Amino acid sequence: MQSKLSILIGCGLLLANVAAGGQAKAGAGKISDGIVKVGVITDLSGLYSDLSGQGSIIAAQMAVNEFGGKVLGAPIQIVSADHQNKADIAANKARQWFDTQQVDVIVDGVNSAAGLAVSKVANEKHRIFIDSGAGSTRFTNEDCNPYTIHYAYDTYATGSVTGKAVVQHGGTTWFFITADYAFGKSLQQDTTTAINGVGGKVLGSVLAPLNAPDFSSYLLQAQGSGAKVIGLANAGGDTINSIKAASEFGINKKQTLAGLLVFITDIHALGLQVTQGMYVADGFYWDLNDATRKFGKAFMAKANKMPTMVQAAVYSSTLEYLRAVQAAGTDDADTVMRKLKEMTLNDAFVKNGKIRADGRMVHDFYLFQVKSPGESKGDWDFYKLVATVPGDQAFQPLSASRCPMIKK
Amino acid sequence: MSEVFGIPLPALLGQLMLGLVNGCFYAMLSLGLAIIFGMLNIINFAHGALYMMGAVFTWIALAQFGIGYWWSLLLVPLVIALFGVMVERTMLRRLYKLDNLYGLLLTFGIALVTEGLFRHRYGVSGLPYSIPEAFSGTFNLGFMFLPKYRAWVIAASLLTCFTTWFVVERTQLGAYLRAATENPQLVQTFGINVPAMITITYAVGVGLAGLAGVLAAPATQISPLMGTNLIIVVFAVVVIGGMGSILGSIVTGLGLGLIEGLTKVFYSQASNSVVFLIMALVLLVRPAGLFGRER
Amino acid sequence: MPNLSKVRLAGYGALLAAGLVAPFVAYPIFLMHALCFALFACAFNLLLGYTGLLSFGHAAFFGTAAYVTGHVVKTMAVPPGLGVLAGTAAATAVGFVFGSLVIRRQGIYFAMITLALAQLMYFFFLQTSFTGGEDGIQGIPRGHFLWMVNLADDRKLYYVVLATFLFGFVVIHRTIHSPFGQVLKAIRENEPRAVSLGYDVNKYKLLAFVISAGLSGLAGAMYAIVFTFVTLTSSDWHTSGEVVLMTLLGGLGTVFGPIVGAFAVVTLQTQLADKVGSLVTVIMGAMFIGCVLLFRRGIVGEAVGLYNRVLGRRPY
Repeated sequence: MQSKLSILIGCGLLLANVAAGGQAKAGAGKISDGIVKVGVITDLSGLYSDLSGQGSIIAAQMAVNEFGGKVLGAPIQIVSADHQNKADIAANKARQWFDTQQVDVIVDGVNSAAGLAVSKVANEKHRIFIDSGAGSTRFTNEDCNPYTIHYAYDTYATGSVTGKAVVQHGGTTWFFITADYAFGKSLQQDTTTAINGVGGKVLGSVLAPLNAPDFSSYLLQAQGSGAKVIGLANAGGDTINSIKAASEFGINKKQTLAGLLVFITDIHALGLQVTQGMYVADGFYWDLNDATRKFGKAFMAKANKMPTMVQAAVYSSTLEYLRAVQAAGTDDADTVMRKLKEMTLNDAFVKNGKIRADGRMVHDFYLFQVKSPGESKGDWDFYKLVATVPGDQAFQPLSASRCPMIKK
Repeated sequence: MSEVFGIPLPALLGQLMLGLVNGCFYAMLSLGLAIIFGMLNIINFAHGALYMMGAVFTWIALAQFGIGYWWSLLLVPLVIALFGVMVERTMLRRLYKLDNLYGLLLTFGIALVTEGLFRHRYGVSGLPYSIPEAFSGTFNLGFMFLPKYRAWVIAASLLTCFTTWFVVERTQLGAYLRAATENPQLVQTFGINVPAMITITYAVGVGLAGLAGVLAAPATQISPLMGTNLIIVVFAVVVIGGMGSILGSIVTGLGLGLIEGLTKVFYSQASNSVVFLIMALVLLVRPAGLFGRER
Repeated sequence: MPNLSKVRLAGYGALLAAGLVAPFVAYPIFLMHALCFALFACAFNLLLGYTGLLSFGHAAFFGTAAYVTGHVVKTMAVPPGLGVLAGTAAATAVGFVFGSLVIRRQGIYFAMITLALAQLMYFFFLQTSFTGGEDGIQGIPRGHFLWMVNLADDRKLYYVVLATFLFGFVVIHRTIHSPFGQVLKAIRENEPRAVSLGYDVNKYKLLAFVISAGLSGLAGAMYAIVFTFVTLTSSDWHTSGEVVLMTLLGGLGTVFGPIVGAFAVVTLQTQLADKVGSLVTVIMGAMFIGCVLLFRRGIVGEAVGLYNRVLGRRPY
């Protein structure tokens, strides 16, 4: 019955041919393969697609256009992929990009589980990964490596800035609803440290799966705890749904909700009526200064919404990477990485930013308060600036980093 | 504040109430599966996908055509039932003479196609559907604020389950149906159109899934993945209850919803898996299920 | 028929040669991916194709082995060879427990129960700490095979994977053609008859289930080493569905069918994913429908049927 083997073998060879791809050749000339490829790996269809997604691809393209589409005479190309918030898809894609498609740098990497997976592959393949989308502090602590930069924010920054602000305004007891993966746990931990430091107290927490269909039972648990503040250690669609369910069950009448990582797109989705008065820690807001307004409006023209911190950071990281390639005179990963860590970064997203030895990009952070519908002058006019937190206070100090690359 | 086993009573009752709401969905879905299994002798793997379609169509009706919740409650189950008729007439019908595993595989394929198409079109992040005007607000039950909409879900699905049970067990139509399940050839000789009956049964079964989808739309995130995750739990419910009786599937569905709610209070990490654990236990003690007969 | 066996032998030889040359033509990671799933599908086929039991929860064994292998190799610094053995042993043990529970039911019930039990494992992996939950286990070192072969080199690893696959394939082949395999076929064809002939049918079915679970585990363990990570996807119900599709598409109860099916589905997932994007699921669903309605014998089954028709042999 196996007599049609020749067909099978033919099939096998055909498949093999389909699968065949050239192996990357490194180090030939200044620009390997004669092209600089930027891979945008992101969530194009899931709960983070609003805050990163298509907008990140647009942002990366804006950086390439601004750079003139060429670096050291070689064309710059952008490729993109949807990791569907799955670490295995992200890792496989990154590996395939590095192995067979000559991708030089990967940006965005939203979702900490997926981002950490990409970071591992980048380290193994000695290529650069600049993460702007993911928040876990593991990138610059236990899981740091010489080829990964953590660019936009981390849970230490957003959790501690928001947590302290809420405690100082009377929210002294907390209960967390935490997204059940690297990012959520890291956010809860970093916020807890911050609120304990200013006299707050944590009464309990519950883990909710990523993209949970219904948050009501977790909110009932939070309600039962009697805490004054329900800390939402989640992001994107999960945050939005938690806040909605809280208002459905009347939980927001007696307890305050604190979003520990809130993006401008979340405020847009929920509306000012629900969110007014909330404290938001963010690394970017379009209406900060002339440069941010110019970038924001240009992005708006293409994406039909204002950029989030992640999207602005994808633009900035792509631009700074290209500048580093230009300055280094090569796209060799080690040389470019050295250059990036020497440079002082300045563009629409970042002012005098520096990349530390552990891979953390240090820049100013901001504490905003959401305007009331009456204060807002129109769509996307959402935030009042409460405080500017200098980078060395917003981010975990290098001395506290658990990154093995840091010699103490 | 009074306590039971160290758990504040309000928290306990609140979780039980939410568990009951979930149990209503389990009951409606396992009821549909039981009806279809009784007549067609297949397990409809597409049941979850049809439930999802019910919810998504409700959203589309409002977002694209301005059709409100009440009309959706009527129309969407009909559309899903019609879709069921198409599936039964064009595909399932060809498989009745084969091993009934093929029916499972076919409906699994249908589930993948529908889930994939909706996912391609709408992503997985969830489509928002606001609660209908008549049910906005909450009832203050003392121990919790029960959103009026959730109360309506409980009432509507209990009514649906009771009506279905009544029709099958207590009416002439139901008698034909039960007879055709036992002995199709004999019923055919009495001049009853059995193939048409099969089609109608399938349509009603999936229509129930569609109705559950409409009821779910305002209460949960409408997402293309909502059906498949649910249907695996419902399979376990069906195994626990056994395929024997309509009443059995309703009672098991509601009961397991409550047990899940209880688990959330005492050991919430296990709330996802408690149904499967109970299934394993039931298999050890009563392999045919609580209400089932060995076939 | 001596003629047929000569053809078959030539076929094995040619396939082996193709397997040896392949990594110089194709992306080795893709080939290893496909080989892991080919072994998985062959193991699954042993149960469905030769025993007539449809398990919808085989990802539980694949995932168990992958997690155990990943865990012991990463945190206990066990060499990968031993890690794979540990993973396979764990999957076999889980297979025994599941098998004992489920073997009393047949047909549709069997499928639903295996699916539900696999979902139980999935939630266990989600909640328990050693698996890393949603993050999975990442950065599993590939290490050295027998202290000599550096598996960080994709091509060297490929030959180890190929050898493992061949080992699994031979085990399955031997099982099918042993007296034990004949009893399994008898059970599939007519269970009451097998009972009346005095066979302890449940014992035979359980053994087939455990062998199938163990070899699925072997595939999962290799997968963990190849990709250096394990995530929840490995024990997801989608993965259980994929292995059913591979077997069905290639040809139920044929020796080469699952391999063909695995290569086809993995090609679809990895090579065409860029072009069709999220429609991959739709295509897979359509393949299910097509297989069930149009060609239930699968690619290999239909090819053999065609060949026999052309030669005017009577179908068997």
